Amino acid sequence: MSDKILYSLTGLFDTPDEIIAAAKKVQAEGYTKYDVNTPYPVHGMDSAMKLPMSRLPYVAMVVGLTGMFLALFFMWWTNSVDYPLVIGGKPYFALPAYVPIMFEVTVLSASIATVVTMIAIVFKFPNNSHPLLDTEYMKHVSVDKYGISISAEDPKFNYESVKSLLESLGAKNISPVYFKDEVINFKPNTFEPKFVLSLIGLFIVVSGLTYVTLNKLMYLPPFDWMMEQSKVIAQERSDVFEDGRGMRTPVEGTVARGFLPYKYKDNPDAAGKFLVNPLPATEENLQVGETKFDIYCSPCHGYLAEGDSRLKGQFPNPPSLHSAKVRNWSDGRIYHVITEGQNAMPSYAYQLSREERWAIILYIRALQRSLNAKESDLQ
Amino acid sequence: MSSIDYTQELPVVEGRPTLKEINELIARPLDQKPDKKFYIALSITVSMLLIGAIALGFTFYYGVGLWGNNNPVGWGFPIVNFVFWVGIGHAGTLISAILFLFRQRWRNGIARFAEGMTIFAVMTAGLFPLIHVGRPWLAGYLIPYPNQHSLWVDFNSPLLWDVFAVSTYFTVSFIFWYVGLIPDFASLRDRATSKVKKIIYSIFSLGWRHSNRHWTHYEMVYLVLAGFATPLVLSVHTIVSFDFAVSILPGWHATIFPPYFVAGAVFSGFAMVQNVLIFIRKIFNYEKIITLDTLERMNKIILLTGSMVGYAYAMEFFTAWYSGVQPEQFTFINRAFGPYAWAYWIMVSCNVLFPQLFWIRKIRRTIPVMFVIAVLVNVGMWFERFVITVTSLHRDFLPSSWAYFKPTIVDLAILLGSFGFFFTWILLFTKTLPVVSIAEIKAVNEGAQPSHGEH
Ligand code: HEC
Repeated sequence: MSDKILYSLTGLFDTPDEIIAAAKKVQAEGYTKYDVNTPYPVHGMDSAMKLPMSRLPYVAMVVGLTGMFLALFFMWWTNSVDYPLVIGGKPYFALPAYVPIMFEVTVLSASIATVVTMIAIVFKFPNNSHPLLDTEYMKHVSVDKYGISISAEDPKFNYESVKSLLESLGAKNISPVYFKDEVINFKPNTFEPKFVLSLIGLFIVVSGLTYVTLNKLMYLPPFDWMMEQSKVIAQERSDVFEDGRGMRTPVEGTVARGFLPYKYKDNPDAAGKFLVNPLPATEENLQVGETKFDIYCSPCHGYLAEGDSRLKGQFPNPPSLHSAKVRNWSDGRIYHVITEGQNAMPSYAYQLSREERWAIILYIRALQRSLNAKESDLQ
Repeated sequence: MSSIDYTQELPVVEGRPTLKEINELIARPLDQKPDKKFYIALSITVSMLLIGAIALGFTFYYGVGLWGNNNPVGWGFPIVNFVFWVGIGHAGTLISAILFLFRQRWRNGIARFAEGMTIFAVMTAGLFPLIHVGRPWLAGYLIPYPNQHSLWVDFNSPLLWDVFAVSTYFTVSFIFWYVGLIPDFASLRDRATSKVKKIIYSIFSLGWRHSNRHWTHYEMVYLVLAGFATPLVLSVHTIVSFDFAVSILPGWHATIFPPYFVAGAVFSGFAMVQNVLIFIRKIFNYEKIITLDTLERMNKIILLTGSMVGYAYAMEFFTAWYSGVQPEQFTFINRAFGPYAWAYWIMVSCNVLFPQLFWIRKIRRTIPVMFVIAVLVNVGMWFERFVITVTSLHRDFLPSSWAYFKPTIVDLAILLGSFGFFFTWILLFTKTLPVVSIAEIKAVNEGAQPSHGEH
């Protein structure tokens, strides 16, 4: 017995009235480190023990408001800044529509924060090694008794005087409570083989499951629904049609949108004479022209259209587009070359829409102007 | 029976049992091995659950084409069931939070159980939106997280509000429930004789030691949680009603929807709590804790909310007539006299007519009669959701696309499965956790509070 460390001296009472009186008395005697344990909250105990009001509601308020404003900020940022999307004509920032979620996030964050603060910070739970647990005392206050426990750490604690105080209050079962041996002698051992092995086991299971899910499971039906679709993909066979081809040719005698036949086939001069560039030289059009030129024309003609081909002699070097000839050509004449091709240069009618062809011409004009600027351009 | 004096506050716990008796009474079912009746009940609910699971398996493999949903009626059973089950959950929070704020002490006997029901009902409800999207493994897209498509969810959509409302509701209900359970886990821990049980209860009790330095914070947090749960429960069904009301469909686009839905939810929830409590009370001998007076009070709430729902039905017709909008008027006439008139009149009779019998005190206090009425209320409330969802959709603005919605066997199997799911949880709950709050019942027992605290 003597080598045990005393935690507190405890006493039990039978009625709520007695415990209130006892708590008042112990408080009046000047004890600070004592506790009252009752199976349910007894009314009036807060004032008997002179406990201050719980400040946990402030946690709820602060975290709740923070959550609310973060939710608002987040919704504003996602729907107005990061990915603005007009939905049903609503404005990007639609405050009334955000109210429900702001409210939910407030409640959620405040509730979680309050409870976690109470349990983990105020109560310092989980704590299953407290000396009071597992004692006869606890077994009684858990059911129908009202107990008081005066801690040995209290500055005024004196075994005999506390004992006589409890006796004078009419307490029953007055008994000392000691710290538990296991708790005092407990030494944490992180490298215990059992612990390390179970960690390794957990690692293998988690990584194995992740691997199987991501690399195998997702390729099995029904999860492969994105890859395996019951539609015909380009170049695929299809039994629906007699000729077995999935891709169809246009119905005879029809013209698809944007594919009106070219009027000046084999007639470059007429094209040069009658075709007019419909696009104005706006920044936007020039931008399109530059992009398309860099993609489709620059490999042969060079980024600056000087004929400095990147093909390095693997293909007959194309002429410079800065020649007087091309400079004096009308837009329509260049259009004809792009559409029909010329000698070694193939047609680009399939790669470039009409608009894109005209945009490229605008860009070529700008390039030409940059090398052969007029006097007036300097001003 | 008619000698009850309503002018005096009735004792919450009858017969003044000792605290020890209360402790034993509530904890005993957890010690006893489940009897034959329990296994029979469990096998029934698990069979229902399995039928639903098989139907779901087919649905996931072959797709939602197995359901009755057709072109105008895109929202069929899954949405009806979702709204129904969320509604069932509402009674739990009403009992545990709102009645707590109103200091209705009789709630203590039924709060724990009702909260548990809330959690299971919301879990059941939560299945349906996932099923409804057809590919439930993609439900993760509902959560706004930075993804490789750099897409965000649409915060303007009521369907997304629903995601937030239902998940918040579930989480907060669960926290509320668990906080209430902590002291009870401690009581169970201290009376446990088997070692395994003791370890389990110790883990869940977190080391609670009934300290008054803790009780003071605990009571405050309980109050705060009740304060949060109260607007939360109102918001949840409000938002569920927005799923309908924010659209522009006649019969859905109505400002009366939020209060009407909340009243309906409480109505059906109370009926469900009522139904199950009647069994619990009998099987576990809780007649003294869940008294006849408590049941009578619940019947009064059923009567009140039933009348509110009835008022809403009438009001909808009035609004349709008064608005002068033809499609709106057509929708309501079509509801009452169109192809779904049978469903409409089931709804009206179950929800409006039968609960009115509760005006008679004798009926309020006769258990078999109130059980039947509560069952009818649940049937009626399920049909209410069916009527709202289906009748507005099946005849929309374009007569050429009108159609009749018929549920398939798969729809019915999933509905059956949802009941199986819910009741399986309930059964397991009754055998693993105290279905009545031990600490709260002790606190309202006569003589449990110091004499100066007694009013
Ligand atoms: C595969 C390499 C190649 C590409 C790509 C190419 N060209 Fe050509 N281009 C040539 C060659 C080679 C000639 C000279 C043809 C000839 O001998 O008449 C030429 C000639 C021309 C001419 C006539 C010049 C003249 O002096 O007769 C123009 C205008 C022209 N290209 C514009 C373009 C435009 C615009 C593009 C982009 C859509 C383009 N080319 C893409 C190879 C190319």
